[in-house]
Amino acid sequence: MAASAKRRRGWRKRLGALARFTGALVIVGGLYSAFAPSLYAQEADDNAVDSEVVKGQELYDTSCITCHGDNGEGVDGRGPSLIGIGSAAVEFQVNTGRMPLANQGAMAIPGDPVFTEEEAEWLGAYIEHLGGGGAVPDDLDALVENADVGSGNDLYRVNCSSCHGYAGGGAALSSGAEAPALGGTTDEELYQAMLTGPQNMPVFADNELTPEQKADVIAYVQYIVNDDADRGGVFNLGRFGPSTEGLAIFLVGISALLLATLWIAGKS
Amino acid sequence: MKRRKGTSQSMMTKAGGELDDRFKLAGPTRVLMNKVFPDHWSFLLGEIALFSFVLLLLTGTFLALFFDPSMAHVTYEGSYVPLQGVGMSKAYESTLDISFEVRGGLIMRQMHHWATLLFMASILVHMMRIFFTGAFRAPRETNWLIGILLFWLGFFEGFIGYSLPDDGLSGTGLRIAEGMTESLPFLGPWVSAALFGGQFPGDEVIARFYIIHVFLLPLALLALITIHIGLVFAQKHTQWPGPGRTEHNVVGFRMFPNYVMKQVGFMLVVWGVVAAMAGLFQINPVWLFGPYEASVVSSASQPDFYVMYLDGLIRLFPAWELRIPPYFTLPGVFWPGIVAMGLSVLLPLAYPAIERRFTKDRAHHNLLQRPRDFPARTGVGVMVIVFWVIGVVSGGNDVFAQAFNISLNAMTWAGRIGIVVLPIVAYYLTYRICLGLQQHDREILAHGLETGVLMRDPEGRFYEVHQPLAEPDEHGHTDLEYSGAPVPKKMNRVGALPPAEKGFFKSVESSDDDRRDELEAGR
Repeated sequence: MAASAKRRRGWRKRLGALARFTGALVIVGGLYSAFAPSLYAQEADDNAVDSEVVKGQELYDTSCITCHGDNGEGVDGRGPSLIGIGSAAVEFQVNTGRMPLANQGAMAIPGDPVFTEEEAEWLGAYIEHLGGGGAVPDDLDALVENADVGSGNDLYRVNCSSCHGYAGGGAALSSGAEAPALGGTTDEELYQAMLTGPQNMPVFADNELTPEQKADVIAYVQYIVNDDADRGGVFNLGRFGPSTEGLAIFLVGISALLLATLWIAGKS
Repeated sequence: MKRRKGTSQSMMTKAGGELDDRFKLAGPTRVLMNKVFPDHWSFLLGEIALFSFVLLLLTGTFLALFFDPSMAHVTYEGSYVPLQGVGMSKAYESTLDISFEVRGGLIMRQMHHWATLLFMASILVHMMRIFFTGAFRAPRETNWLIGILLFWLGFFEGFIGYSLPDDGLSGTGLRIAEGMTESLPFLGPWVSAALFGGQFPGDEVIARFYIIHVFLLPLALLALITIHIGLVFAQKHTQWPGPGRTEHNVVGFRMFPNYVMKQVGFMLVVWGVVAAMAGLFQINPVWLFGPYEASVVSSASQPDFYVMYLDGLIRLFPAWELRIPPYFTLPGVFWPGIVAMGLSVLLPLAYPAIERRFTKDRAHHNLLQRPRDFPARTGVGVMVIVFWVIGVVSGGNDVFAQAFNISLNAMTWAGRIGIVVLPIVAYYLTYRICLGLQQHDREILAHGLETGVLMRDPEGRFYEVHQPLAEPDEHGHTDLEYSGAPVPKKMNRVGALPPAEKGFFKSVESSDDDRRDELEAGR
């Protein structure tokens, strides 16, 4: 009896300690989040007549400087220097939600963008200001409009399919990195990615693929991702090729026919 | 002219008589129509393969009318926009035309491909049934050998078939096959040059594969299938042990009308399933792969599933290259490619002989064994299945890694360790499960069924009431011999009458009173 009462008191004591600890955490955490500076930049002051570069620097100094360092010079072991990477790279990384980086891993994982497209342009302008670099041509829409899908197909197969797959479905690379699926990407993002080679992707500079050829590739990718009607069935099985076809023949074909055998033959 | 009199029956009799007078059909037909087949769902698996083979011949003939097995270079001008202006071989162009231009061509192509997958998959499932039930034992070893050969003929027929369109994906597969061929010590380069008519890919291989695919291998398959089925007729089908079934009889239904009706119905079901899959699921969209160029290898390049375990073994095997300077090099692919494939042909072929060596059992067996009654064989079977599945998954390890967000390196190492360790674990677990199931059967035969009724005797002891299956001795034990047939495990299975009508999901039984009345009236 005495022992069990003691044990119960011990439990109560421990529960109480846990409750007090949780309460303290909530109070400290609440105070911190109320007073701490936000990760995200405050809205720019409407009255200020700053240039894009200055606005970009403001954003940079609150959200990027921890890893990429003062004036984009990089911090050893945290983030690379951004001098000379150009606005195309910045806009690609920021608009696809890869930057700001959620955590250091095999690669930056795309997600919901933290900044608006306008803010990304300011950031891009600031980085461009620091050391130049590549930018998306202004007449990209016209280039894509006049692109040759067939030539894009040839270029895509030779240059892109070894990672992004024959139908733009993406694929795994070594050590947890992956070439992302190309569905849902905009023309600008495709162009920026080719121009700047984010993450594991190689750079396709203008002397390797001219802007016209890049536009051809964009036109082909947009065709297979959006316009190809996936003829030959209601389901395309994820465009994974024979892997999912093999799964389907067992899960659908053989399963259905096993049910049929049970139906046709009696059990003996 | 006098109007002919007589019933339709007498007319048929007369017609039959006339036919018999000329062709002497009555004797053999009577034997055939009265031939008895045992009835069990697992005896229908081989038929799936047979019926998909017939469908393959039909759809293949249609495709052959429009396919042009030529590697001549052309520029595509058809209706598929992204390939317009792209250079390709005539074989690939005509495959695109079958898909987009020929009426009904795409569904025929897809049916042909799905029927191939079904053919190979059903052979595997059928082979599993034969293996686990010991149906390959004497006198049926020859048919086991033929079955293994049929699998491998189908393997090469399928591989060659999907190489024919000369698209980017199949060309990559062909390149791997060429690499494997070249890895043969001493002979490799000569064999490869003979096969491709010089350097890979050359401009011969599609035409050669075509004649092999549409003529030589189908003929060999047809001949072996005929012998396979002929032997089943001659040796009679095996059957499960059970009341009234012995090694010397066959209990089941006559060929006509029961068995024939079931088979025709089943054939239509198989064809229906293939047609439905071909209409619902896109398969092998060659237009996305583009024409084959040796420099282009897409990610996620896999062969069809029945080749995939070899691909997986090649991916898992370490890059061990044997070099004896100055001339001799044995590439790493020789082991997982040529040696593994050779073993997968030879070991199954030799299995009946190997087993006989251990069991010293040379008797003829017409009754099947339940998998639990031969734990070692069942264990070996499960071991092979686990090995094969790990091989297949590793063949698609990049797709798997991407779909489930796993590191590709982790997939490779999991495969390397798993393919060595897991089959052994699987063998042990299977063996124990078989022994456990055996023990449970023996326990019920000795003590009776568990009723779920708990009793407490005057001393306070709890015990479960058992329902003995026969008159028990003074200790409450029954001395029943295990006959190899399923032992009832539930109360309502004991002495239960077979249901009056068979339903699909559950038996449609009339009430007990009705049944008793019927039985008593019958008696």
